[in-house]
Amino acid sequence: MSTAAASLNPQSVRDVLGRKDYAIISEIIEPNTRVLDVGCGEGELLHWLAVNKDVDARGVEIVGAKVQRAIARGVSVYQGDIDQGLADYPDEAFDYVILSQTLQEVRKPLKVLKEMLRVGKRAIVAFPNFGHWSVRLAHLWSGRAPRTKLFPHDWYDSPNIHFLTIHDFESLANKEKWTVERAFYLSSDKEVHALPNLIAEVGVFLIRK
Amino acid sequence: MIVETQIVRFDSLLLDSGATLAPIDVAYETYGELNASGSNAILILHAFSGDAHAAGVSHNDGKPGWWDNMIGPGRAFDTSQYFVICSNVLGGCKGTTGPASIDPATGKPYAMSFPVISISDMVRLQKKLVNHLGIERLLAVAGGSMGGMQVLEWAVAYPDAVACAIPIATTSRHSAQQIAFNEVGRQAIMADPDWCEGNYHDKKPPARGLSVARMVGHITYMSDDSMREKFGRRFRQQEPLPNFSSVFEVESYLRYRGSQFVDRFDANSYLYITKAMDLFDVTNSHGTLAAALERTKSRFLVISFTSDWLYPTYQSLEIVSALRGRNRDVAFCELQSNYGHDAFLVDVVEQSELIRGFLASTYREKVARAS
Repeated sequence: MSTAAASLNPQSVRDVLGRKDYAIISEIIEPNTRVLDVGCGEGELLHWLAVNKDVDARGVEIVGAKVQRAIARGVSVYQGDIDQGLADYPDEAFDYVILSQTLQEVRKPLKVLKEMLRVGKRAIVAFPNFGHWSVRLAHLWSGRAPRTKLFPHDWYDSPNIHFLTIHDFESLANKEKWTVERAFYLSSDKEVHALPNLIAEVGVFLIRK
Repeated sequence: MIVETQIVRFDSLLLDSGATLAPIDVAYETYGELNASGSNAILILHAFSGDAHAAGVSHNDGKPGWWDNMIGPGRAFDTSQYFVICSNVLGGCKGTTGPASIDPATGKPYAMSFPVISISDMVRLQKKLVNHLGIERLLAVAGGSMGGMQVLEWAVAYPDAVACAIPIATTSRHSAQQIAFNEVGRQAIMADPDWCEGNYHDKKPPARGLSVARMVGHITYMSDDSMREKFGRRFRQQEPLPNFSSVFEVESYLRYRGSQFVDRFDANSYLYITKAMDLFDVTNSHGTLAAALERTKSRFLVISFTSDWLYPTYQSLEIVSALRGRNRDVAFCELQSNYGHDAFLVDVVEQSELIRGFLASTYREKVARAS
């Protein structure tokens, strides 16, 4: 997969890596920049960015087996947890710090976001939208913790410990006086332009202090 | 792959202590081919009791190299792609000048008149060898334990000559515990009446002391788990007897390894090299570890092992944390293993994967692109 990615153009990223938010992120990131992916998994996105955009790619990941595969792929990944993992880095060490589909899993989301904006000039945050109509309906009709395509886990074995909507994130950015430089809303394979908090499955935000 | 250790002689080497060794021999082996641009060379640095014979089968005794599972065609350090070098350290007893070598001034072995040596002296001698082989910049320097200390020293002392550095199961400086174990080894040797203040070369060597030193060493290289798995409480004989002729498997193993070591290692080398390890502190004149590592320009891959209590993960993390604090390019992974400190020598499947990928991407990004 990784070698296939190398030969394809950025437009096909969603087909190659199978992630729509990756497509957006790879479009946002300028070539030859310094990028840190927090919770980078096996380093697929970082590897793609290193090969296609010549970025200086680094990652943080807690799961040892994923760290091994990321390093074997050639990406410089540090094995450590996100909640403390950024403390060592100096201010503005990176042009972009990515947190993709992980914000809802960290213990202290606000602390992590602030750390991202300390070590990076900009942060790119992608998260599943708990305000999506399917989630609202599932909760309303079942009276239980919602289980949907977007949030497929039972409450007792879900990695998600914070549930946020697009509006929630926007109001936090507002409160913290972060500038939202760009925002993308995705539903299936399409970008959403109206009523994102109801229709978007995923929000991708480019923010800075 | 049949290999032969070669020796190169240099005029002299000025040591940190101010003393000069002249002339000075270096024993080394190489594997694979150096490419036309000289950009595919990797220097392997051996641990305390290792030697230049890192890979292949020895021309002399038919024995495999100490890291043969890591170096060779298709292995982590792939000799079909890379040119791999390994040399015996300064102060050693396997061909490089050490306390058992003849002092040209007296015509007798140096013994304890050999000057005190340091890890940075070892590295300076390796740099002479690398220059002699016509290599300006190494693709990688890699090694475990004491080899890892040399990796750190290389990256700090010669930042422009190291594209990537792979310190494994190592530390930027010895803890009190590590110094303590080394001191037990040294005292065992010096307490042996056969040691004779180091002047045993025309008599019998301090075999009992050196053997006990090695036994202590072996305990620190294993883990509680690996010893339980390997020996448990099993006895050598069927029925244990209530006296000292009963021998546990673990006792028998340690005695065997101890006595075997006497045949291949010089007691004075043991003293000099362990002292060099204890005195090593990459921080040295730089103030802090972060300030020392700020000098580096290499990518780093730092590896530790879960059951290694001799060089515990926290020591690797100190290095990693200092590198990240200076925004250096560093990958770090703590590998799962039950083999203790020996893991970097024996538990090599995952270690190989990491190193293979790391070397390939370094070659792609730092070397191929630049040329």
